[in-house]
Amino acid sequence: MSKKPTIVLDARAVDRTLRRMADQILELNDGTDRLIIVGILRRGVQLADRIVKIIETQEGVTVPRGALDITLYRDDLQTVGPRPVVGATHLPWTIDGQRVVIVDDVLYTGRTIRAALDELADFGRPARIALAVLIDRGGRELPIHADIVGKRIDVVEGQRVDVFVEDLDGKEGVFVADPAEPPSGDT
Amino acid sequence: MKGILGKDLLGLEQLTAEQINVVLDTATPLKEISLRQIKKVPTLRGMTIVNLFFEASTRTRISFEFAEKRLSADTVNVASTGSSVSKGETLVDTARNLEAMKIDMVVIRHPASGAAQFLAERIESNVINAGDGMHEHPTQGLLDLLTLRDRFGDLKGRRICIVGDVLHSRVARSNIWGLTKLGAEVAVCGPRSLLPNAIEEMGVKVFQRIEEAIEWAEALNILRLQLERMEAGYIPSQREYNRVFGVTRERLERAPRELLILHPGPMNRGVEIDSDVADGPHSVILDQVTNGVAIRMAVLYLLSGGRPEQAIVAKAGVV
Repeated sequence: MSKKPTIVLDARAVDRTLRRMADQILELNDGTDRLIIVGILRRGVQLADRIVKIIETQEGVTVPRGALDITLYRDDLQTVGPRPVVGATHLPWTIDGQRVVIVDDVLYTGRTIRAALDELADFGRPARIALAVLIDRGGRELPIHADIVGKRIDVVEGQRVDVFVEDLDGKEGVFVADPAEPPSGDT
Repeated sequence: MKGILGKDLLGLEQLTAEQINVVLDTATPLKEISLRQIKKVPTLRGMTIVNLFFEASTRTRISFEFAEKRLSADTVNVASTGSSVSKGETLVDTARNLEAMKIDMVVIRHPASGAAQFLAERIESNVINAGDGMHEHPTQGLLDLLTLRDRFGDLKGRRICIVGDVLHSRVARSNIWGLTKLGAEVAVCGPRSLLPNAIEEMGVKVFQRIEEAIEWAEALNILRLQLERMEAGYIPSQREYNRVFGVTRERLERAPRELLILHPGPMNRGVEIDSDVADGPHSVILDQVTNGVAIRMAVLYLLSGGRPEQAIVAKAGVV
């Protein structure tokens, strides 16, 4: 018997958390100078957009927002096989000497971030790369940690963290669900 | 586990509309890689691909090689001249010897129809057909579909006419399969001697006159007149062919709409297509070449990997 998903953050809490993360991003990078926010497809991009908007209202500056699709940098092609959907990477600016902040929804094994760091290296040499995630669920398999964390939660292996964002899902919030629940979010 | 395309890509005849759309959808974001300063992703690192070309080719071979290199595969080119093939080694022996050196994929171009399938049934590596005789040239068909889809969006109900030497053309066959599966209306136009008998059974219209084709179509895919076959007497002369079937600016100006112009290359300017048209504002011939690299990257990617028996901890969906 699967239980009902447990709510971790509701829509208002997500909003509040993103505001705090935006503040921390500005603090960490001494403002918006040479700052580039890069979301990881798919929900990282939506969250990055939100953070850019919050910074815009606070600072009056529109920070460039890039997107990374890490499908081609995964380390499980030989085992799991190709994913049928490859997304579009969008990083049309030089990142040499810039301060790049990677944004993703859930930090778990760290393999997505490893892939994202490899992909960024193919675009140039930023002055600094930081990582901001909405949820850190633990369970790392690589020596990777986030600089900015929205919320840390302990999740039993096998359980799933679902992040819903308005633009993609028509609702907003973070839930912990049993694997039997219909899938979404946590990729 | 086989990927969405299965083990091999032999032709578009065997593919479903859904599979074709997956290739096109995968190719679209891959175009971005060729615009980067470092035009390379590590996806196929450690994979070895042999390009086995038993027939002359510039565009297709180079396009495959770029696609392989941009995905970080290791590549070896084997041409029929300068290899043991010229000493009389059979296709299967050549391929088995290559496989004994532990390769992952073979891209094959061969003058005999069915050569790719023959090979695919006999070796374990993935086989990609890069043109077999008069049968199919699936990656060319796919890149033509991508080029048309980039301009038209959905191909459903769009009217595309294939002009010229349909009889000898594997490009025409792959186009007809692909276009009809995606719901386009397809016609062919050319001298009767260069149209296969009963071509209507593939679900295409036939135009005897180029003027009718131009009036009907929204896009023309103009085939190369295979001049090496001229001596067989299929057409009286190149000049005669140009006069009756050549796609010229004058003819296009009389069309009720602007037509998109495709050509798989190499072109015989002044024979099947005039320079004004080939270099004109509605020509997407160079877009086809650019899309060719992305399509081949997509095919290589979709055929690769997925060997769960090699997995130590393959937790699907968890990264």
